[in-house]
Amino acid sequence: MISARRKSYGVKGAPYAFLLPATILFALFFALPIGYAVWLSLHKVQVKGLGLGSGARKEVWAGLENYTDSLTDSELLAGALRVLGYGAIVVPVMLGLALLFALMLDTDRVRLAPVTRLAIFLPYAIPGVVAAMLWGFLYLPDVSPFYFVLDRLGLPQPDLLDGGPLYIALSNIAVWGGTGFNMIVIYTALQAIPAEVYEAAKLDGATPLQTALRIKIPMVVPSLVLTFFFSIIATLQVFSEPTTLKPLTNSVSTTWSPLMKVYQDAFGKGDIHSAAATAVIIALVTLVLSFGFLRAANSRNKQEAAQ
Amino acid sequence: MSSLAVRKAAPAAGTTPGTAQGPPLRRRIAFVPTVTLLIGALYCLLPVAWVVIAATKSGSELFSTFTFLPGTGFTENVRDLNAYRDGVYWKWMGNSALYAGLGALLSTAVSAFSGYALAIYRFRGREAVFNILLAGVLMPPVILAIPQYLLMAKADLTDSYASVLLPLVLSPYGVYLARIYSAAAVPTDVVEAGRMDGASELRIFTRIALPMMVPGLVTVFLFQFVAVWNNFLLPYIMLSDDEKFPITLGLFTLLEQGSNTPALYTLVITGALLAVIPLVALFLVIQRFWSLDLLSGAVKS
Repeated sequence: MISARRKSYGVKGAPYAFLLPATILFALFFALPIGYAVWLSLHKVQVKGLGLGSGARKEVWAGLENYTDSLTDSELLAGALRVLGYGAIVVPVMLGLALLFALMLDTDRVRLAPVTRLAIFLPYAIPGVVAAMLWGFLYLPDVSPFYFVLDRLGLPQPDLLDGGPLYIALSNIAVWGGTGFNMIVIYTALQAIPAEVYEAAKLDGATPLQTALRIKIPMVVPSLVLTFFFSIIATLQVFSEPTTLKPLTNSVSTTWSPLMKVYQDAFGKGDIHSAAATAVIIALVTLVLSFGFLRAANSRNKQEAAQ
Repeated sequence: MSSLAVRKAAPAAGTTPGTAQGPPLRRRIAFVPTVTLLIGALYCLLPVAWVVIAATKSGSELFSTFTFLPGTGFTENVRDLNAYRDGVYWKWMGNSALYAGLGALLSTAVSAFSGYALAIYRFRGREAVFNILLAGVLMPPVILAIPQYLLMAKADLTDSYASVLLPLVLSPYGVYLARIYSAAAVPTDVVEAGRMDGASELRIFTRIALPMMVPGLVTVFLFQFVAVWNNFLLPYIMLSDDEKFPITLGLFTLLEQGSNTPALYTLVITGALLAVIPLVALFLVIQRFWSLDLLSGAVKS
């Protein structure tokens, strides 16, 4: 009797016990910091007199002041536009290449597939900072093979680390690093398509291209949605790559991307309150975009299921 | 190996049994896909090939000889790197191994417990817990890292190993993968049978479920290992003592100083090469243990 009761208690309590470490970590390293950031964003420092001595600097309620400051900050807006431009290159090119390579891997009688698949996936193992360094050096005129080739051909040599080409230079780093991972995700989904699906197409004498366009791509739409979603989030949060290129060029400012601006405000200027407000705004934009996107994807799925 | 050679030789002879029915050209190799993949592979290997060659160049050769022409300074570069600030480079590598290894291990353990609980038990708040954890994936790291830094400062923990290790232990993505994997790999009747035998819940988990979850957990571990090894932002914010830097941050500071003293560029390049080798080697050895179908969430029981 006693043992039976203890056992049922054990089953009931077990999931909570198993989830305890995750819950504690979540509270300490997710919930508490987010709460603290929100609190900071609603306060500011008030300085009494010269700001000397204890109690001269006090944190007081600021309401939405930090938020209005952030939202009217032209540098933040410019950074957001830069990141949008960057994302408009990275996401379509990276996912387009990932889909292309995945489809090519999934073709019959393709040669060297395991080797090329591994080579394309390899950049995933290389830290973003190191990738940015390697490409950064390849962009430097004195070191780069591109300039050498252009020079030999007598073609003009654009500065890859300035102006418009800078976007391409930065996008290239992200595309290089991310294509392989997304390719694997899409390729795995392609492999999961049952063979019977192709049989009708074979009987109809469909070409490989037709099979790819009419059967394969529609079947992997869920993976494309997933990779698109994660790529957008990663793009909005770009930080390491432009930060790494900074020592190599003067065209990357300390506030190039919104997250770099948050870092700069917090640690460069020491204004943690406005940095917190900007951070909260970026988090909200990310959340709204994510949930909006997931809802759109869900309703599309439901529509398709209804048809 | 021999079968590969036969397959290669056969199309040239044009007498493989397979070619009998179809047009011979289309039977042999899919030309366009193979070439496309080769171009993709070359693009991905280009910077790696470059760093291998550039690391062999001495400081003067780096800026004067053709990019893909090997130099003569590799051993000297390695010696300089070893000598730089009494071998701080190897300290960075050791730190990265510690952060990534221990961090991934702890993270996998937490993910295993949580994923198993979320997959096997029916309890109040299960979906809520799961959704809150998933929302964690969407949080931009900087948003978390700055208040984490300020809070760590209050606890007097900044600039410590713990400040870089602890915030990364809970990985929402790891929990998500572990949940999918345990739902697919651990049958409920096995858990029930364990209960019938009077085993405690913890014992069922460690003795029965955990061994079944190993392939999925290897994937979680590798993911987390790569994520921590590649992390730059958190150590960048938390650490100021360069004896505690991971390799990413160490190389970055070296590059930053290099903009004033270009002689350091050869150190950066050699350092980048040596930093890439362990992870690439790890990758080549264990890539076959990855259950990559986990990535697309497409596990079938």
